[in-house]
Amino acid sequence: MVITKNGVLKIVDKIVEVIKENKEYLTQLDAAIGDADHGINLDRGFDAVKQKLTTLPETTDIGTILKTIGMTLVSTVGGASGPLYGTAFMRAGQVVQGKNELSEEDIVKIFEAALDGIKQRGKAEAGDKTMIDSIEPAYKALKDSLENNIALPEALNRAANAAKEGMEYTKNISARKGRASYLGERSIGHLDPGATSAYLMIKSFSDVVNLS
Amino acid sequence: MKKLINNPNDVVKEMIEGLLVAHPSYLRKLDNIDVIVRKDAPVEGKVGLVSGGGSGHEPAHAGYVGYGMLDAACPGAVFTSPTPDQIYEAIKAVDGGKGVLLIIKNYTGDVMNFEMAREMAQMEGIEVDEVIVNDDVAVENSTWTQGRRGIAGTVFVHKIAGAKAQEGASLQEVKRVAEKVIANVRSMGMALTPCTVPAAGKPSFTLAEDEMEIGIGIHGEPGTHREKIKPADEIVEHLMEKIINDLPYKENDEVAVMINGLGATPLMELYIANRKVAEILESKKIKVYKTYVGEFMTSLEMSGFSITLLKLDEELKTLLDAKADTPAFKQL
Repeated sequence: MVITKNGVLKIVDKIVEVIKENKEYLTQLDAAIGDADHGINLDRGFDAVKQKLTTLPETTDIGTILKTIGMTLVSTVGGASGPLYGTAFMRAGQVVQGKNELSEEDIVKIFEAALDGIKQRGKAEAGDKTMIDSIEPAYKALKDSLENNIALPEALNRAANAAKEGMEYTKNISARKGRASYLGERSIGHLDPGATSAYLMIKSFSDVVNLS
Repeated sequence: MKKLINNPNDVVKEMIEGLLVAHPSYLRKLDNIDVIVRKDAPVEGKVGLVSGGGSGHEPAHAGYVGYGMLDAACPGAVFTSPTPDQIYEAIKAVDGGKGVLLIIKNYTGDVMNFEMAREMAQMEGIEVDEVIVNDDVAVENSTWTQGRRGIAGTVFVHKIAGAKAQEGASLQEVKRVAEKVIANVRSMGMALTPCTVPAAGKPSFTLAEDEMEIGIGIHGEPGTHREKIKPADEIVEHLMEKIINDLPYKENDEVAVMINGLGATPLMELYIANRKVAEILESKKIKVYKTYVGEFMTSLEMSGFSITLLKLDEELKTLLDAKADTPAFKQL
């Protein structure tokens, strides 16, 4: 199965919509352990993404679309999530430069590039109570599933479930990165807002592919 | 939420508009981007100093743009670091040919955005260096955290690095004194009430009528712990013990003191706190060279305060005393 350029745009639309729906929820999560702006900032960024994408020519390839999303997020979100998600989308764009449809291999590559970009930019690892805790298990689940010849929709479904488990795991650990790290043990018992927004994006990806 | 605003989405834009009309002789804004620069930027032959952070800390940071302090400030969204393109434009606007020093507070987002901007400017051939301020002793330095937060002590970095840059020193020299300040400055704060980010509409944490939060940062984030409220002297004793033991500040040291209100604490209470700070320093034979009491790095309408001590040597004293003329910090 491949994902067309139109499919990519549908996924992005879904992400924009889901982030908007969860703006307050993400901000509430951030209030508990951070500075209460995660949902607000991401929503501002994805609103800008939505507008920016309407200005791209019809012929724009998927790599350029992803890079444009990344640059728009970096220049509008601010905070830590701007550079982190921005780098993720820019790196994802680089590995599918010039393509107008994505193979299953390309999708694995996109996840891998995004994950590596976030790790490098944030100097974080799994277990630090960050977005990596949902993205890394999702990437692994996707890769394993596709290697075992599971169809893409189900592979993405498994990736979304792994992201969800990873997100829930952040509730049990204490933060070592970002403003939440200043709370130390007091951050235990709270979901990480970044892991939650990352899960929402991966779930949007899976939902769109599973519905189409 | 009860605030003197129009629309939560417009607070930063409208604040900047008001700031500019209040201080036209000091400040101007770059076209099409939220960067506040010295009216006369770039100053030829002077290292440019760029700082910034989320909005909501007024007078930081734009209030310190002017003679003898910063050349540019980048205000982000409320409590959110500025974006790399903002910082990049600031760097370009203040580069007077001797390079630019970025003064960054130690928050993940600030560090990442400033470093992305630095990379962009370096690709353009501009010499850019950075210092990271981490004066808050409330947060234990451990392998579990990315070091400490930067809070009100940053204002001393602006002042002293700014004075050095104003003398015409090299980028290396300006960075050296900035790092000397960072090595010798320590702060800690507490809150009596939380604050509300306008776009969020409600306080980021809640405190009972008889509770206080110790070790808060400047972003409405919860502190390290909470306890029942105590008399001012006891609160000051607690904060001072953590600050003094940290460096540690010792007998015969000379310090500058900053008592910083977080936005909703009357000057009356800040002076009450300062009285006790002075008493504690005297009892430890630590000499107070200069005291600053007021609002330097606020946290919206948070009620509470922070104490900052900066240990001085002759060089730092001279630079601290040097002339500064900015909207929020004047030393003539």
